[in-house]
Amino acid sequence: MAARPHAARRASPTNEPLWVRWALILAGLVFMALFLVLPLLAVFSEALRQGIGAYVQSLQSPDALSAIRLTLLVAAIAVPLNVVFGIAASWAIAKFEFKGKAFLITLIDLPFSVSPVISGLVYVLLFGTGSVLGPWLKSYGIEILFAVPGIVLATIFVTFPFVARELIPLMQDQGTGDEEAALSLGASGWQTFWRVTLPNIKWGLLYGVLLCNARAMGEFGAVAVVSGKIRGQTTTMPLQVEMFYNEYQGTAAFALASLLALLALVTLVLKSALEWRFGDELAATGRGH
Amino acid sequence: MKGFGRFRQPSVIPGFGLTLGFTITYFSLIILVPITALVLRSTGLGWNGFWAAALDPRVLASLRTSFLTALIAAGINVVFGTLIAWVLVRYRFPGRRIFDAMVDLPFALPTAVAGIALTAIYAPNGFVGQWVAPLGLRIAYTPIGITIAMIFIGLPFVVRTIQPILEEASKEVEEASATLGASRLQTISRVLLPSLTPAILTGFALAFARAVGEYGSVIFIAGNIPFVSEIAPLLIVIRLEEFNYAGAAVIATVMLAISFLMLFVINLIQAWSRRRYGYGS
Repeated sequence: MAARPHAARRASPTNEPLWVRWALILAGLVFMALFLVLPLLAVFSEALRQGIGAYVQSLQSPDALSAIRLTLLVAAIAVPLNVVFGIAASWAIAKFEFKGKAFLITLIDLPFSVSPVISGLVYVLLFGTGSVLGPWLKSYGIEILFAVPGIVLATIFVTFPFVARELIPLMQDQGTGDEEAALSLGASGWQTFWRVTLPNIKWGLLYGVLLCNARAMGEFGAVAVVSGKIRGQTTTMPLQVEMFYNEYQGTAAFALASLLALLALVTLVLKSALEWRFGDELAATGRGH
Repeated sequence: MKGFGRFRQPSVIPGFGLTLGFTITYFSLIILVPITALVLRSTGLGWNGFWAAALDPRVLASLRTSFLTALIAAGINVVFGTLIAWVLVRYRFPGRRIFDAMVDLPFALPTAVAGIALTAIYAPNGFVGQWVAPLGLRIAYTPIGITIAMIFIGLPFVVRTIQPILEEASKEVEEASATLGASRLQTISRVLLPSLTPAILTGFALAFARAVGEYGSVIFIAGNIPFVSEIAPLLIVIRLEEFNYAGAAVIATVMLAISFLMLFVINLIQAWSRRRYGYGS
């Protein structure tokens, strides 16, 4: 009988003792609570510190409203462009064999390894004073820098890989069989794309769009460099958060930040729902970034 | 035509020219041309001018701050990221799925929001800061604060790189090891960890690369004191505000060169891991 506890502990040689398991779970959860949950709670508690009235009121200020409008506009331009790019790139890469393919895939990921500040800086150097392009465009009345086009360009740069890197592995897994069947039955190239390929990749595409949109609406560094931060004209939501914060308008800053935090939460919920419901219709590597 | 025919294998599927042409044009316009402009502008100073700007003491101090804090943050993330991946994959406990989803929060939460939230928590009058302040420990407005922000944004890279590998690792190898008389600790350190090493290294490199370039979540909590808590991306912004475009371009070129080196190393690790273990992380 004395051997029983010992036997129970050894019953599963590929598992840790119960106390070790719970200690590890606790350590992991405390770390996550401290570094992930606490900041999220801080946003909402700071936003509501002066009551719900002040919260709602600060969201209705002209600065906050124009920042929300600009953020929606920028995402509405940048995300569709990157969707078209993502579909084109994954079609070329997944449906064909050609030289330099691996190199092209590495290049598409490039913006992820570039600091956001540098992503903005490259456009300042391309269109700013002392460049060739900037003054030339200006002579035609076209402003890129410190205006909406520059913000859109910087946003496209930082969100460039999101859709493509979700679709490429997915379409590589799916192969070319469905498309070949459709073509052999007489469908045109576009018919094949709209009726065969697109339904196959729709959940993966939505997944990529979700991540792309979250980053597009939340980008700070790249946009901060090109925007010039002209009040009411070139301040997106994250930039307006910074302006309020630096002006010691804590409630206004955190109220606007709470909208972005809500967007992040909605993105996470939809993303998890897609993973649980349509996990096998997403890329095998879809979880990582 | 012969060379072109060898460039791609024949296929009945249409659209190769259109999609590849669009991909390369779009990539060139958005990424390639602007980055070329950056490199050209920094070389415009000439060899001596480039190195004078790159080796400026304040630039060196900011690079040291960025790389040192990113290294520490990535190290901490490797330890806790591996632990969290392990706990999420191997154990069942209430709320596991919610915590699993929460791992991606730093990807979804805008960096500026994370920055002001972390500052509110760790400032001397903040939720955590008020408890450590009497101990003489300052977190916000010091390199410790920078490290904390970098831990926040780097954590998902480590967890999400290790998680799929751990899910695929077969229990049979561990059973075989146990059958052959290894203790649980021996099995973990000699059987499991070596097969996780490529994923851990990749996760470390990704978290490190992201932390080095991070701006939004760091600048609020950093305090931004030159030579102490000023990160390299912030110095780029300061140079821009001084209209010293060439100076900004030089710092950016140095950082870009280092991140391309990191990207190269990550690819090497993955190629090595594919040869050694039959998977790429």
